[in-house]
Amino acid sequence: MLYYTLQQIINALSIGSLYALMAVGLAMVFGILRLINFAHGDMMMIAAYIAAFSLAAKLPFPVAVVVMLIGTVIVGMVTERVAYRPLRGAPDVALLLSSFGVGQILENGTLLVTRLMQKPIQIAFPAPDVLSGAISLGPLTVSRLNIVSLVAGIVILVALTLFVTRTTLGLSMRASAEDLIAARLMGIKINRVVMTAFQISAALAAVAGLLFAVQAGQINPYMGFTPVLKAFIAAVIGGFGSIAGAVLGGYVLGALEVLLTALPGLGDLLPPGPLADFFKTFLPSSLTSYRDAFVFVALILMLLFRPNGLLGKGENEER
Amino acid sequence: MNMFRRLAPTLIGIIALSVVLALLQASGQAFWQGLVINIGIFIILTVSLNLSNGFTGVFSLGQIGFMALGAYASAILTLPLRVKAEYLPNLPAWLATIHFDFSFGAFPLGFLLATLLAALFVSLIALLVGLVLMRLSGHFVAVATLGFLVIVRVILFNADDFTRGSRTFSNVTPYTDLWWVWVWAGLTIYVVWQIKFSSFGRSMFAQREDRAAAQAIGIAVMPPRLLAFVVSAFFTAVAGSLYAHFITSFSPTVFYFDLTFRVVTMLVIGGMGSVSGSVIGVLLVSALAEILRRIEDVNQLYGLSGVVLAVIFILIIIFRREGLLGSRELSLARFWERGGGGE
Repeated sequence: MLYYTLQQIINALSIGSLYALMAVGLAMVFGILRLINFAHGDMMMIAAYIAAFSLAAKLPFPVAVVVMLIGTVIVGMVTERVAYRPLRGAPDVALLLSSFGVGQILENGTLLVTRLMQKPIQIAFPAPDVLSGAISLGPLTVSRLNIVSLVAGIVILVALTLFVTRTTLGLSMRASAEDLIAARLMGIKINRVVMTAFQISAALAAVAGLLFAVQAGQINPYMGFTPVLKAFIAAVIGGFGSIAGAVLGGYVLGALEVLLTALPGLGDLLPPGPLADFFKTFLPSSLTSYRDAFVFVALILMLLFRPNGLLGKGENEER
Repeated sequence: MNMFRRLAPTLIGIIALSVVLALLQASGQAFWQGLVINIGIFIILTVSLNLSNGFTGVFSLGQIGFMALGAYASAILTLPLRVKAEYLPNLPAWLATIHFDFSFGAFPLGFLLATLLAALFVSLIALLVGLVLMRLSGHFVAVATLGFLVIVRVILFNADDFTRGSRTFSNVTPYTDLWWVWVWAGLTIYVVWQIKFSSFGRSMFAQREDRAAAQAIGIAVMPPRLLAFVVSAFFTAVAGSLYAHFITSFSPTVFYFDLTFRVVTMLVIGGMGSVSGSVIGVLLVSALAEILRRIEDVNQLYGLSGVVLAVIFILIIIFRREGLLGSRELSLARFWERGGGGE
């Protein structure tokens, strides 16, 4: 029972790190442009494909990661330049729609390229040794992927926080997030700030995409859709646009999902008795398949009752 | 006389359309019939999406969820009893014994009733969902309604007793033909048009353009939004029912983001707020998609049509944000007057 709980906590932390990485990627861009970037999941997908092709070309794993990061960041910069910069100052919905279009182009473009290369729609992801298998910590068995997700997540998020709080560019990013027009009047080069936000966002998407692809074992052009929806939820829970909030939201969502998966099965694991009966009656294991529905109900409740998130400031205080 | 003058162009349009439909029906050209049926269904979807998203500016991405619910609800009602017993053995008794097969002469009255019942059921759900979601604004509505779409999908996948889960729901009686679709499409256009030029419609546009100003002159935000959302859901569910009885077999995967994006593309290209714009958007996108699909099939370039349509979509958003027509309307009457040189 204790091991089961520990195991679930590790699961929650590692999946939470993944969500946090994605949610921070969304929050970076949202904070500055007020753009909910629907194409973020497709950036993950692009990263996974670049990594898969690099690994298939027998590049060593670290080199493949660098290629993936550079490739994804370039795609991120191109989308910013082509699809979002011309819409500076347009209503929020126009930006949102544009990101739909970008997502469709990335998905269908990947489909087109893979079909031209005579590959099937779904391809197996060649997981490198560093990320496969499991290690035992005493009585616990933890997959390497979980550990790497957890460590990578924490390292990246700490580095990002340092960047945003300790460097001049980070300071200008925070200033632009606070008030874009005032920041411009203070002489901050907005285009550079926005571009940096997209670069960081793309790099975060790349790391998340790689981890996600290893976890799934296979990739296809549509793999980014569900994760990005989860990242929205994480970002909303934390308060869209706040980096600390997005991290918190990621871990809260990870915990929520693991709870919703673990609790309904608990009745079968517990020794027979009133507690086991309670779980079997009120949280039967068939509820697990409704997990995503519950998660989205939580999203809607959050939007209604705390639209600024757990850490968000009140809208009125802001302006 | 004046009355006749005003109605004449519309009447002529309806008569011309009927002649075309009758000819097409008689021709037996299955490909063109299918295409025109699809266009009619997309017109219902896009015009009703325009009512909720375009008129009120509350951008909902959940409408296809209503379509899915409409499709399943009406299909369960019209499924023959023997098939139903074999197919959905765990249906509650009152549903398992219902079969909407009554007809009035050759007219399948049961299909009409099943469609209406399904649409009313969906409207009720839309009312409940709308009471909650229409309080949100801006892009948060988009995220929340997308959440609704996911919830509907999860429920359809898991409510095996009603939907067969992820397995295909087939053997639906093919009631839908050209007439059914186009009469419903005409009705949708008529109702949405009437709403646009009613006081409700003006309130919708007013609170879309400037919510504070609208509230300041005494326009409540909630009632027009809710009306738009519920009426839109009604017709979207009708489209779902027509679609179900047209393709006769479907699964929850059909009603998801691809379809949502297709309808949103048609809406945005035509213009948010213009009924005739929506019709034009549907015609343009359908024609383009059909041509691109041919090129795809011949050259094995799968994905090409998606890329091209999305590029056009982005270009429209950047260079012509209002879409082709914005909130304006093309009216046959105006052409008539200009052409006739009267007045």
